[in-house]
Amino acid sequence: MLSLGSGGAKSTKPSFVSYVTPEEIKSEKDPPKQEKHPDLLPGEVEFCSANPILKYTQDDLSQRGVFGTLFCTNFRVTFISDEKPQEKTDKTFKNKLYGENDIPLMCVDHIYGVYDEKRKLITGGLVKNKYPSKMIIHCKDLRVFQFSLTFSKEEDAKKIFQGIAHHCLEEKSLKCVFAFSYMGTPSPEMQWKQETVMFDSPEDWTQEMKRTKANCRLVTENENFELSQRLPKYFVIPLTIGDLFSYQGKGLPIWCWSHYSGCALFKASFPPVTQEDGDFQKHLDTMINAVAHNHLYSVKTEDLSESLPNIQDIQQSYNKFKQFFLIENSTDFWLSDVKWFSSLESSGWLDIIRQCLQKAVEVVECLEKDNTNVLITEEEGTDLCCVISSLAQIMLDPYYRTLMGFQSLVQKEWVAGCHAFLDRCNHLHQKDKEYHSPVFLLFLECVWQLVHQHSPAFQFSETYLTVLSDSVHVPVFSTFLFNSSHHRESVMKAESPLAQSGPLSCPTVWDWSVQFDSKAQNFFFNPLYLEKVKHDRAVRKPHKPKHQRNLSLPSTAFKTPPKKGFFKDETDSLKKMLRVKRLSRWRGSPDAPTATTREFFESWQHRPLDYHGLLLPCLDGPAVHIWMQRYLRWIPEVYILGGGSVAVMTKLMELLSQVQDLKRVLEQRDSSQAAKLDHRPYFQHRLLSFDSSGRLSSSFPFAYTCYRSFKPIIPTGLMQSLMVTDSLASQEDEASSVVSFV
Amino acid sequence: WVRVSGTEPPAASRGPQHKWLPTAPGVCSLLFVSKDVTYICPFIGPVRGSLSVTNYRLFFRCTDREPVFGLDLPLGVLSRVEKIGAATSRGDVSYGLACKDMRNLRFVHKEPEDSLKKSVFEVLMKFAFPVSNNMSLFAFEYKQVFPENGWKVYDPLAEYKRQGLPNESWRISKVNDHYELCDSYPAALVVPVTITDEELRRVSSFRAKGRIPVLSWIHPESQAAVVRASQPMVGQNGRRCKEDEKLLQAIMDANAQSHKMFIFDARPSVNAAANKMKGGGYESEDAYQNAELVFLDIHNIHVMRESLRKLKEVVYPNIEDSHWLSNLESTHWLEHIKLILAGALRIADKVESGKTSVVVHCSDGWDRTPQLTSLALIMLDSHYRTIRGFQILLEKEWLSFGHRFQQRVGHGDKNHTDADRSPIFLQFIDCVWQMTRQFPAAFEFNEYFLITILDHLYSCLFGTFLCNSEQQRLKEEVPKHTVSLWSFVNSQLEEFVNPLYVGYPSHVLFPTVGIRHLQLWVTYYIRWNPRMRPQEPVHQRYKELLAKRAELQKRVEELQREAANRTASSSSERAGSPTRSITPVQTFV
Repeated sequence: MLSLGSGGAKSTKPSFVSYVTPEEIKSEKDPPKQEKHPDLLPGEVEFCSANPILKYTQDDLSQRGVFGTLFCTNFRVTFISDEKPQEKTDKTFKNKLYGENDIPLMCVDHIYGVYDEKRKLITGGLVKNKYPSKMIIHCKDLRVFQFSLTFSKEEDAKKIFQGIAHHCLEEKSLKCVFAFSYMGTPSPEMQWKQETVMFDSPEDWTQEMKRTKANCRLVTENENFELSQRLPKYFVIPLTIGDLFSYQGKGLPIWCWSHYSGCALFKASFPPVTQEDGDFQKHLDTMINAVAHNHLYSVKTEDLSESLPNIQDIQQSYNKFKQFFLIENSTDFWLSDVKWFSSLESSGWLDIIRQCLQKAVEVVECLEKDNTNVLITEEEGTDLCCVISSLAQIMLDPYYRTLMGFQSLVQKEWVAGCHAFLDRCNHLHQKDKEYHSPVFLLFLECVWQLVHQHSPAFQFSETYLTVLSDSVHVPVFSTFLFNSSHHRESVMKAESPLAQSGPLSCPTVWDWSVQFDSKAQNFFFNPLYLEKVKHDRAVRKPHKPKHQRNLSLPSTAFKTPPKKGFFKDETDSLKKMLRVKRLSRWRGSPDAPTATTREFFESWQHRPLDYHGLLLPCLDGPAVHIWMQRYLRWIPEVYILGGGSVAVMTKLMELLSQVQDLKRVLEQRDSSQAAKLDHRPYFQHRLLSFDSSGRLSSSFPFAYTCYRSFKPIIPTGLMQSLMVTDSLASQEDEASSVVSFV
Repeated sequence: WVRVSGTEPPAASRGPQHKWLPTAPGVCSLLFVSKDVTYICPFIGPVRGSLSVTNYRLFFRCTDREPVFGLDLPLGVLSRVEKIGAATSRGDVSYGLACKDMRNLRFVHKEPEDSLKKSVFEVLMKFAFPVSNNMSLFAFEYKQVFPENGWKVYDPLAEYKRQGLPNESWRISKVNDHYELCDSYPAALVVPVTITDEELRRVSSFRAKGRIPVLSWIHPESQAAVVRASQPMVGQNGRRCKEDEKLLQAIMDANAQSHKMFIFDARPSVNAAANKMKGGGYESEDAYQNAELVFLDIHNIHVMRESLRKLKEVVYPNIEDSHWLSNLESTHWLEHIKLILAGALRIADKVESGKTSVVVHCSDGWDRTPQLTSLALIMLDSHYRTIRGFQILLEKEWLSFGHRFQQRVGHGDKNHTDADRSPIFLQFIDCVWQMTRQFPAAFEFNEYFLITILDHLYSCLFGTFLCNSEQQRLKEEVPKHTVSLWSFVNSQLEEFVNPLYVGYPSHVLFPTVGIRHLQLWVTYYIRWNPRMRPQEPVHQRYKELLAKRAELQKRVEELQREAANRTASSSSERAGSPTRSITPVQTFV
């Protein structure tokens, strides 16, 4: 039965608790000063400002704009218009930390200066004396800002330009990140945080092992990072591994998840190559054996660095890809529209997404169909290993498709799992490009593909994913600021005495109330989510669902002769060193990998659809799409006024909340006959805010700008677009007209 | 009926042939049965089964496979039947069927030993192309009775009346009552009151095929009109026709809001100029003052046919994943879609935002012109976004105004290389689909409705898309002897309803035409590929949603009624609304 609903069973959830009190925000505004100042966040300090600065409105070519003041603070670059702020028609999706004219410093991607009509990329060195007439800022969330500096005093203009360039582009130390100055009132234990499993305590891991019925061993020996600083504080390994301390924990198979059949997924970094080959080989052998021992003595290993693009490839591809969305004006837009598909293809980004999903499907196939243990490896074991293992878990385990489950997964595999967020996101603007790579974004992209293809299976919406991808660059959260658990602990410990009041407490990103009020948080939920129907009241307890035993058909029912080949049995380097006779399943025929996973996909496709069971993505070319919401939300040329998925979503949400409201009204009536609640005013109020969706644009809830004009966007330069070179174009217009003229 | 999987499309398996054919005895005669035929499926390999052919359809079924595999297609969908190679030593013959709906089929079977018995090939050659064999199309034999008569859907006078016509500026002329003025136009024409029938006759000699400028739609508020025509016969010498000039002036004058008018020539300007060599051309701005001419750069039927052919190559049977996007780009299919949508958008913008009347024409005004006018009308008038409104739109802009369906589709005609064939109507439906994607709540019909229309464009089961013009349809007595597609559709509307539909009255839709927002219609063009198939047939999910909505709404109403009753019955003291969060909680209904 189709059941629309979202939000989990949280009807008892307390209403929104303010993180920053309104007084704190507003206090700066009161004095009747002539000059405008930004509403500073607690701990935010203004560095410099300039007035008047012209901010070009992005959506037209006429070089028009709005005059105002440009500020640079330790948190953001912000522009405040001189014009009276118009009464905003209540913005349902307002970020409390930064608004549409704010750019968190961490979010700045590139700055370009226009010197005598020539656009130059600003790097640290170029800043000196000269300042450009126009400054273009490309943001990591793909917004583009253009400011003209020619109207303000030279001194001011120079100062603001140099200030912004300095704070956004120069290499800086972690301590300078705003999170360490941010004085947001520590929130009373938020429900979000409570429900998201943080995997920072032995209990969390024990619980997770229990949930998946894993038969592994929790390692607590690294509590003080004596074993390795690159390993999580707590982690889980196969039972049979005794010696932890060889190779400083490198090459240890780390447990990710257990399939209900008993087999499990492990990840590992490469053990360091030493002089003593035999030693190395022995170590490797032990590790692989330990994994195999976990279940039925079978294992498949996959070296991800061999079969997937490396992090530099990913970085390069994304750099190319994002350029297509950093649109500065309409002409650019329509010009790039012409070769759109081939440009996309040349960036290779969609192909990388496909490869990752493909690999994850292969892992899933091993676990689900062949019931073998899987060990994925890579140099550090914290990049593509995280991508692939998280994806495989989402496909296999419906728990990770709930909002809390997903957040716990990110905590488990990425945050506690020591993904080097700080280096990969380049939060500190290090010049060394080798370490930067949007690996986490790649993961979110892959998840989006799954959400797009199987929407009813996910409790969260694409808006949630988009917001999460933005939050990576908001320098307030501890979640994405560190390279490992050890790094996090050591920095937090070192910093805490500096803070005036007690230990430093950056909020985690999962404390969504820091950014959004509870109303806005509703957009994180997918109204199409097909809730698992459970009739007992136990659902109300916000507990992690039990590991589903009925994930799919019993594996025996769909077991075919073991298919091999999709996994290289061993990587070449391993092959030489390993003697593998006992592991019979390792022998394989060299089938094309895609062909076999295709078969796996097709057999899955033939089974009745179960959104709470195994979920596989279709990976054929036409099925892999662009994450439109994320990439097109700031481009006015593609706004669909009154259309887009928002039209559907708001309608569904409206319907759902109507039912829910009425239900509640009735419940209340039932419980106390005397209590009379007039629900109507509230009802209408909400209808109003939702119903205006008739005129919302497809960029909702992100960009609102389109409200003012309701004019279609007529493409320019259409003729150039179509190079029909064949003779057909010049042929008689209509064949029949020839006849009539003869 | 067993749900066959494999290459069975949702549309064909649920089409009327299964529901209705068995109850119409005597009509469907079995012409050929062979128990041992192999279908070479490009996706799952050779499949052995039995093949039967009737005078309407081809039916292949294989039962010794799990899941059961079947194929069921109307013969009308075949564009080409050909033998592949000579008979092998084992006596196998192989033949290929090229279909109009983006697939090719291949069968192998033993040559019948009894040479008197007809082979499948012969049967197909005869019954797939009845027109070439001097037989009548199956639509004339199909006698299913439906609760509703679809031929009554469109009444031109009622439709004009809905638009407020006739009024003080526009009249309905009977000059074409017997199709003497223009044989490809409908009988009822809306023209400015100031122009006499005699003047119209003169205009008709100046417009290609006599297709004079007549009104398609009028804006209910601004009175700006959408007028359609064919090209003026200007020729190399720049001929003029003062009645034509007067007519256009009268069209402009009928709209008090604007002293300007736009003439949209759908063609690329080069092609429009080239037409002068053949006596055609475009309006000069000297002769038509206050009129601005705009070329919309849409290519001709041959370019479109070629583009679709390339598209078929790219999507059927196999898709090259790594080059999918550049292959798609090389077909130019979406570029053409973009140009057509962009053209319609400019027309709608002029009418809505500019309050200006527009004249739309291409060469003959029966291909690109209906594409543009009907799309513009869908953008402008929410009535055409309902199921019945859309039917009216097709009946009016396409059928009554003489889109040459017979020629463009080639019903029952074996001449598959005919240069008159072109996927013009398919392109239009694709554009509509693009709009339904962009405005998921603005259309009353769902995707299945559009696919059903396209399936029956080729099936020849219904009379709707037969012939080239209203006149021909009357002459052949199509409405009398055939069933209308709308009879079938309107008798089971629930199949075609979009559950998310919100009828915004007087809501203009301006789609975005950037290629970034256009997508290939995978569920139509690539529906034969089993991997690309949605998990549940799309309309199944639609229906579920619809039931869900009805259930929810019923419940809402019940609760409201109950609440109202209680409010009335209980005396109360607590006022004010409670502050509740609106977190959507799960609803188990």
